[in-house]
Amino acid sequence: MFPTILFFVFAAVLICAALGVILARNPVHSALLLVLCFFTSAVIWLLLDAEFLAIVLVLVYVGAVMVLFLFVVMMLDINIEEFRKGLAGYWPLAAAVAGFVVFAILNVIVVRHLGGMSLRVAPALPADYSNTRTLGTALFTRYAYPAQVAAVILLVASVAAIVLTLRRRKGGKPQNISRQVAARARDRVRIVKMASEKRP
Amino acid sequence: MISLTHVLTLSGILFAIGVAGVFLNRKNIIVLLMCIELMLLAVNFNFVAFSRFLGDIGGQIFVFFILTVAAAEAAIGLAILVVLFRERRSIDVEDLDTLQG
Repeated sequence: MFPTILFFVFAAVLICAALGVILARNPVHSALLLVLCFFTSAVIWLLLDAEFLAIVLVLVYVGAVMVLFLFVVMMLDINIEEFRKGLAGYWPLAAAVAGFVVFAILNVIVVRHLGGMSLRVAPALPADYSNTRTLGTALFTRYAYPAQVAAVILLVASVAAIVLTLRRRKGGKPQNISRQVAARARDRVRIVKMASEKRP
Repeated sequence: MISLTHVLTLSGILFAIGVAGVFLNRKNIIVLLMCIELMLLAVNFNFVAFSRFLGDIGGQIFVFFILTVAAAEAAIGLAILVVLFRERRSIDVEDLDTLQG
């Protein structure tokens, strides 16, 4: 009973925070409310016995991605009021589309019961069940190659992000490595043979 | 007892909020990216719930990969955003009409 109450409390917080994300005027508030969304989602994932993913969500999303978002929002000097102009008339369309999406999903889940699957009870986990161990075993045996592909995707993304934002300043004095390597001693030093001069 | 219906309904509402956010913040690319993150979170909810209720760890593996790709997407998206702001001094979607011909 207690997990169910927790679920409803955190689900309510999650939905309010998500509404705040899309309705906040200031993008900084949106980003902070999105952080709250991720925290409450992590709690609900804990209730669903996905402990490792809950921790990963907090570490990776709140710790890295949202900090990146906040950094960019604060770095860009944007005019907040300008964005709200002329968009007030769109809320009926947004509400209609959102209502349709919720209606379609609820139609599948509640009315059709997912073909009987939604009545299923969560299978009981053994006492020594370790989510991290199960996940790690599956990730490094059956899903080893996809894990490698994910690593390559992360590498490509980080290289792409650096290359995109790299800015060469004019007037800098960078080294030209190939010219340095190609330099010979005789280009730099000239040895002159001459008779010694007498002191006047 | 938390049932599959509860979690799927929550994720459906979350996804709908993300879709509505795309309509309401059509001009601001940063908030658009945040709405995409909300929708990805809703999808992850589905995967976690089905993984738990079907007793199959594969769903959680998928969440792992979705988190990876979403992190990469956020990094590249924000990098493009920074370059865009440097060039145009604006991140308004309506200013991005250079390819309109």
